[in-house]
Amino acid sequence: MTNFVQLQQVSLKYNEEESALALYRTSFGVASGEFIAVVGPSGCGKSTLMKVVTGLWPATAGQVMVADKPVTTPLNFVGMAFQNPSLLPWRTTLKNVMLPLEIVEPHASRLRSDREAYEAKARELLALVGLKGCEDKYPWQLSGGMQQRAQLCRALIHEPSLLMLDEPFGALDMFTREELWLALQDLWIARRPTVILVTHDLREAVFLADRVLVMSARPGRIILDCKIDMERPRRLERTYEPESVALVHELREHISAARAKAAA
Amino acid sequence: MSVAEIYDLPPVTRRKSFFERKAVRRALPWLVIIAMFVFWELLVRVFSIQEFILPAPSAIFQSLWQWREPIAINAWQTLMTTLIGFGLAIVIGGLGGIALGSSQVAYDGFYPALIAFNSVPKVAVVPVLVIWFGIGTIPAVITAFLLAFFPILVNVATGIATVEPELRDVLRALGASRKQVIMKVGLPRAMPYFFASLKIAMTVAFVGSIVAESIAANAGIGYLMLVASSRFEVPLAFACLIVTGLMGVAMYVVCVAIEQRTTGWATRGADGVAFGS
Repeated sequence: MTNFVQLQQVSLKYNEEESALALYRTSFGVASGEFIAVVGPSGCGKSTLMKVVTGLWPATAGQVMVADKPVTTPLNFVGMAFQNPSLLPWRTTLKNVMLPLEIVEPHASRLRSDREAYEAKARELLALVGLKGCEDKYPWQLSGGMQQRAQLCRALIHEPSLLMLDEPFGALDMFTREELWLALQDLWIARRPTVILVTHDLREAVFLADRVLVMSARPGRIILDCKIDMERPRRLERTYEPESVALVHELREHISAARAKAAA
Repeated sequence: MSVAEIYDLPPVTRRKSFFERKAVRRALPWLVIIAMFVFWELLVRVFSIQEFILPAPSAIFQSLWQWREPIAINAWQTLMTTLIGFGLAIVIGGLGGIALGSSQVAYDGFYPALIAFNSVPKVAVVPVLVIWFGIGTIPAVITAFLLAFFPILVNVATGIATVEPELRDVLRALGASRKQVIMKVGLPRAMPYFFASLKIAMTVAFVGSIVAESIAANAGIGYLMLVASSRFEVPLAFACLIVTGLMGVAMYVVCVAIEQRTTGWATRGADGVAFGS
């Protein structure tokens, strides 16, 4: 079986200078429905990886394949979420969540006639992440964690086959973050999209992902591909058990080594 | 202290000071204006300043009443001139702002020329306009437009150009076209900027039409002021100034009212912003 996402020797340069090399001969694959996490020292090109996979930035060399097609222009079905919730302040939570439906086909052309069905779907999704009753509130009336939940819903409303998350929980306190891990896990189990999660938080990576990829310092390459063999759904206590702790330590060592190498 | 005890404590209350009362807040702008006129009147009377230097408010209002008909006709002329120029500025400034805000190439290409153009004093343009269009309404409309369109264009362009990059990525990865990004995010986002610029543009449009009228016209408040001062009817000239001020405030209030209705989301929580900028 071929992978849903496949990177083959992908390099990316911002410009002609040598120091502008963000990715260098990066190769990895993600199976359909798989949840992977990408970790690495800061500035190693993790966010660049997101842009290359989604086609927002064309690769300088190598090939990116998504759904068996080479990526040359931006994809048109990917759900994305970032550290900054970036909800539209003039729209209610419900309208914010429904934004992708106005753009992605076939939903965009059906939205007018099937408005009620789509709205019910959005409400259901909001209820799933614990935002029942917030549908008609504006983003500034929600807390940071609630905005982040709404952003997740916006990324998922059109049931994308690929979900790209760039440190979506980075700005949240630990308790909210852990709550959202569970919410994300539930959503993933229910829908089974392919997920690529970029994160700084190794516990988060180990808790959520099927596989954790460690990137080297710039120019970024994958230096470790670590399979996390744990049952689903995982419970939060799991992250404090020796097996998880050992994995976090192992990943941490690899990253410090990569940082030391970059500094040398 | 237990929870029950906390609820037993008397509620915290504080008397509102005089300036915190709502009615006082409402009346404050009017009180300031009235106080200003009273002070002015006293100043003129105490120092017995002559009428052709600084007329007293009483003389100005008397003159306003005496010449009410020509003032009304000319004020109407100025209002129409300004509104036509302002309308043109909204259309062309708005469209130009969208074009410049959504295309880096257009921005880089046109912006320096626009800055240069905006630096030219518009008073100096009026004689040229007179050569082209003759004395009358058209030079005044064009002057009002020339002064008003730049702030609108710059603000709309800024609003559209500063869409958060993450949001743009979210939409583009969903397959949104450039037009869709502008329609769904850029334009709504630019609305607060647009209305902020309308308040500036409205005021400078009045400046433009009145300046042009006082240079080359045979109607309008600017023309009337010119006639009044050449005949040493100084109270009439001041009456014209007051009417101009009133028209400016009235149009400003209209702009703010529309702004409040359409972009309340941008000024949430701030009460009493009707006269704020």
